[in-house]
Order: sequence, then C-alpha cells, then structure tokens
Amino acid sequence: MNQMPDVIRTIPLEFYLYFSTALFAIGVIGVLTRRNAIVIFMCVELMLNAVNILMVALSSYRSDPNGQIFVFFIMAVAAAEVTVGLAIIVMIYRNIRSTDVQLMNYLKW
Amino acid sequence: MQEVVMPFNNQEMALLCLLVPLLPFIGFLINGLGNRKLPKALVGLLGSGTVLASFLISVYLFIDFTSNGSRPYIVDLYNWFTVGSLEIGFSFMIDQLTLLMLLMVTGIGFLIHVYSAGYMSHDEGYGKFFAYLNLFMFSMLVLVMGSNYVMMFVGWEGVGLCSYLLIGFWNKNHNYNNAAKKAFIMNRIGDLGFLLAIFLIFITFGSVSFPEVFLSASQMSGLTDSGVMIAITMLLFVGAMGKSAQLPLFTWLPDAMAGPTPVSALIHAATMVTAGIYMVIRSNVLYVLAPTTMEFIAIIGLITALVAATIGLAQNDIKKVLAYSTVSQLGFMFLALGVMAFSSSIFHVLTHAFFKALLFLGAGSVIHAVSNEQDIRNMGGLRKWLPITFITFLIGTLAISGIPPFAGFFSKDELLAHVFEHNKLMWVGGLLASFMTAFYMFRLLFLTFFGKFRGTEAQRSHLHESPSSMTIPLIVLAILSTIGGFIGLPAVFSDTHTLGNFLAPIYDLARRANGAAMEAPHIDHATEYILMAVSVAVAVIAIIIAYIMYVKKETVPAPEGTGLSPIHNLIYNKYYIDEIYDTVFVRPVMALSTALHRFVDVVVVDGIVNGFGKLVMVSGRVLRLTQSGVTGFYVFVMVASIVLILFLNFFIG
Repeated sequence: MNQMPDVIRTIPLEFYLYFSTALFAIGVIGVLTRRNAIVIFMCVELMLNAVNILMVALSSYRSDPNGQIFVFFIMAVAAAEVTVGLAIIVMIYRNIRSTDVQLMNYLKW
Repeated sequence: MQEVVMPFNNQEMALLCLLVPLLPFIGFLINGLGNRKLPKALVGLLGSGTVLASFLISVYLFIDFTSNGSRPYIVDLYNWFTVGSLEIGFSFMIDQLTLLMLLMVTGIGFLIHVYSAGYMSHDEGYGKFFAYLNLFMFSMLVLVMGSNYVMMFVGWEGVGLCSYLLIGFWNKNHNYNNAAKKAFIMNRIGDLGFLLAIFLIFITFGSVSFPEVFLSASQMSGLTDSGVMIAITMLLFVGAMGKSAQLPLFTWLPDAMAGPTPVSALIHAATMVTAGIYMVIRSNVLYVLAPTTMEFIAIIGLITALVAATIGLAQNDIKKVLAYSTVSQLGFMFLALGVMAFSSSIFHVLTHAFFKALLFLGAGSVIHAVSNEQDIRNMGGLRKWLPITFITFLIGTLAISGIPPFAGFFSKDELLAHVFEHNKLMWVGGLLASFMTAFYMFRLLFLTFFGKFRGTEAQRSHLHESPSSMTIPLIVLAILSTIGGFIGLPAVFSDTHTLGNFLAPIYDLARRANGAAMEAPHIDHATEYILMAVSVAVAVIAIIIAYIMYVKKETVPAPEGTGLSPIHNLIYNKYYIDEIYDTVFVRPVMALSTALHRFVDVVVVDGIVNGFGKLVMVSGRVLRLTQSGVTGFYVFVMVASIVLILFLNFFIG
C-alpha cells in the first residue's frame, strides 16, 4: 500500500502551487467584491484551504511532517471560527434583516 | 611640620567630629518638623542645647588636639561621590584654623541662641526661627570643617540659604522679602566665582581636597603669579566678595538688617560674613602664589573700609550704622589678607565677632526696649533705663574704636602695623577709616544713650531693661570683648603671640611655596609704639569730636526731607550705589527678560508647543475621512497593503 506522501508526489509540485494560488486569489477577490456576509465567509474558508493544500503538498515534498500538523491546527481553529462567525452573521441578520456588509457601516466618524 | 595630613582612625573621635555639625542639624529637624506642636520652652531648649553641646565638643576637640601635639587630621566618613578621577569624600579636616572657627562659631552661636530665646519670645514664628538658626549652625560648621572645596561649597551655599530665610523671616513684609532676594542674588554672583574657581582648581591640581591641592601647589614650579593662579585666586575672591560683602557686592549686607536682630548679630556680623576670610586663609598657599591678587584684595579691602565708613557717618538707623561698620571692618580684614597678614586678619575676625555680636545684641536690646523703634533720632538718654545694655554697648564701642585694652585695639593695631610695613599710603587710608569708625560708633552711642529721650510718650512709658536671657549673653560678650585681645599681644608687650604661634603651622606650605612673600614684618619696637600711639590718638580725637557734637551741643541729625549739604546728601544716600546698580544692572536685566518673555517664550516656545497640538488636530481632521465604516474598503486596504509589503520585500528586501 502506498504511503500518503507518495500518493501526493505523483502530481508535480508546480500543479499544487498553481492550484492553491488560484484558489487563494479566488478567495481574495470574493472577499473584496461580494456583499453577502455568508459568501465572504465562504471565501475566507477558501483562502484557508488554499493554504492548507499548499502546506500538505510542500510537507510531503520536503518529507517534513510539521506542515501536516499545522494543517490540523488550522482546520481545528477554522472550525471554531466558523461557529463564532456564523453566530455573528445570525445576529447581524436579526438586527438589520439582511446580511449585506455594506449596510453595516456604523463604525465610522 | 604639616607634611601630609593623616587620615584619622580613632572611631570615638571621628564620631565626636561628626556630632559637632550633626547636633544642630538634629535640632533643626525636630524644631523644623514639630514647630507648631512643641512647647516654646522645649524649642528654645533644643535650639540652644544642641549648639551648646557642639560648643562643648569643640572645646574637647581643641583640648585633645593641643595635648596630642597639634597634628592636623582628617576624619573620612564616607566617599560622597566619584566621577572619573574626581573623588569627593564626605570628610572633615581638623586643624588649627578649623578649631578656631569652630570655637568662635559655636561659642558665639550659643550665646546668640540664648539671647534669641528672650528676644523672639513674643514672635509667632518662634519654632521656625530656631529651626533656621540651627540649620545655619549646621551649614556654617560644614563650611569650616569640610576637608575639600566641595564640602566647603556645600556649607557656603547652606549659609547663603539660611541667610535668605532669616532675612526674610518676617515674610509678610514685602520690603523684607526684597532684601532677602537681594542678599541671595548678590551671593549667587559670588558663588558663581567660587564654583568656577573649584573647577579651575580641579583642572590644575587634579583634586579638590585641601591637603592634596596645597601640597601639589607648593611643589609645582613656575606657578608664582602665573595666569592660572591669578585666575583661581581672583575667582575665589569673587566668592569671598559676595559672602563677605566687599565692594562691589556689599549692598546686600545693610539691607539684610531686615531680619530679626539676633540674625544680624549671628549671620551678618559674627560668622557667615567671615566665611570669605576663612576661605582666603584656608587657601593661603594658593594666595601667596598670586601676589597680584593679593594687591588687588588689599585695594578692594581698603576701598570697602573707606566707602562703608563714610556711609556709616550719616546713617540714622541703629542697625544700618552697625551694618556699615561691619562692612568697613570686613574691609579691614581683607586689607590685612592683602598684605599677607593672615593671622592678624583671623585675629580681627575673632575680636570683631565678639564686639560686633555684642553691639548688635545691644542694639537689639535697645530696639526691644523702645518698642521696635530703630531711628536713633527718636532715642536718647537711654542709659538711665538700660544700665546693663549701656555699659556693655559702651565696651563694644570702645573695642571697635580701638581703645586699649579692649579686644579691638590689639587686633586692629596689629593689622595696621602689617599694612604700614607693606604700604604707607594704605596705612593712612586704614587710619582714616578707623578714625571714622570711632566717630560714627560714638555718634551712635551718644545719640542713643545720652541726652534727653526724644521718642513718644508711649515709648517712654514702655522703656525697660531686657530680660536676663538677653542681658547675660551681653555680659559674656562684653567680657570677651574686653579680654579677647590678650590672646594676641603685640611683640612690644610680650614675646608670645599666642594666636599667631597657634596658627603658624597652617602657613608651612605657603612658606615653602613662596617664602619671600611670607616673611614676617620686622618693625622695630619704637615704630610699633608710635603706630600704636597714633592709632589710639586718632580714635580719641574722633571720640572727642563726637562728644562735642552730640553731647555738648546736643546736635540731632536732621529729620527726613530737610536740605542737606551735597556731600552729606551723597553719603546719606550711600553714594547712590543702589540706584546705580538699579539703573545699570537691574533695569536692563528686567527689560531683557521682558523682551525674552515676549519673544522667546510667547512666540517661539509657545508657538512650537501649540503648533504640535494644531498639527495633530489638523491631520486628525483629514485622516478621519478614511474611516468610512465600509468593511469591504477596509479589507481592500488590508489586502493591498499586504500585497505591497510582499512586493517590496520581494524586489527590494
């Protein structure tokens, strides 16, 4: 049975780089352009996972398990963050009957 | 031979030395912190008792010193601070000069403390007064005991501070406060000179401790009358000018009479003002190396003696007359220093301390009796009511006029003999000053104690002799003024000049440094007799003139506002020196500071400070526009910034 790193290494490293960069860019553009808080939230997750992919790929190419351990941490923290974030979005919705972030502009002079 | 002053290892003696200044300081702390709570009797007891204890310890130190072969020693308490190669030890030096000053300061200080207990008994600031007096004693003792110039400077500044506090003691009177400020500022001018001299001494000799400085000064070659020695001694003398009220810095001393009378007696006659003379004698090694400065000191001393004596002729305030006579006598002492008669000068310091303290305390007793009247035109005939004060005051007056066998005669005569040896013209000047001294002192005496009482009826009914706490110090000082001169009998009467022999070792180094200058004057006995006869004759003539004018003819000085002859007017107004200083120094400085206030302070400093405030406000007003509150924009800025940082990092870093 093939080890997981070996499986990952069947694809060249450049592919992972292009893929995660593209994924990250999509996430950034989503955050910048969308107004719906939930979509923004999903884009943030997209960015996190783009990083995760990169971490895993590099970790196996460099035979260094630290990167994969990091990924576990990121997933755990992201899960916790999602619960908090969603709770905030629910509260915003209850207050202004919308999840449009452009409407939430009270924090200004 | 004072080869090297040895450090001292005897613990008990070191403790005793420390106690001398420490006891008055403890008195100051207790009286100063608890002056509202402590009962008056306790305050007086503490104030006088600590000084008495210091005096007794000084006597013990003196006996111990003389019985152990008169070897000077240094009591090193601790290293005060070290900066580079400069080490300042908190240490005391005990030698002949210090012991003499110690006995004088604590002895007379104690008498004046006792007197103050009576004089100030009705004053609400009783505790405060004793606290200040004790602080003064502490500073003065540090001044005379310190074993380096920095310690001396600490005491020097301390007595200046106490002088300021005590002149302005009745601080509800605006004029008194101004007098206090004047004294302080004039002293600051002198202090600056002293401070610069200390720096210069350190640069030249690499140390500020007395034994080291004097030893290296006596061993270095080519110092005699070199520029640096003249600079050091001149700057030191500037300090002495301020503290000892010499021309041109003397105008503060007459104004200092605003303080309570015991203060005038203690600080402005007997002790603090002699600090300048002490300092010059202490630095005698440096001074003999600068004959030019010595000549300058002699001239300044002579001019001061003459100027102050002429002003004294026309003053009508009992304390002002005594103040000018103090300035004049200090001038005499500097004249003696200038002709290198150091021992004669300190001899005169000592006798002057006796009789001038006596005169001031007597004046205080008079002022006390006539309900705070100070104008001698409103006195007269007081000998009937104040017999003890009269007799003691008479003794003081005889002593200052130089009538044998009172103390002033011996010291002044010895001093003038040295001046005669040095320069005949100066001797004539000194004689003239002592003629005027005798005249105005007897004028004061006759106007105060003879004739008819010229004050108001209310004052007449209050006339009374002072309490015994005031008369006893007067009597003790009168006895000292009578017999004090016998410690320095002139050569014609006795071979042993006790004081001179006692002090001789402190000039050893000076003699080695510049032997020619330190040669003792060789006056043959015939000349000495003639000099004595002349000075006594002059004094007697002055007394007779004063007697004819003020007792026979009962002349009373003209009241304010009447026309005086131009010369009389000139000296009555003190040569307009105050007015000249006001025009030349005070007003320009005031104008300058007003200008600086208007331009530098208001425009430049305030402009910069307020400008920063305005800058922050304006930039805040502009930058708050970026706080739109739109989340998308914030995120965009964040992403753009990260990209920019990465970009820069990649291409530049």
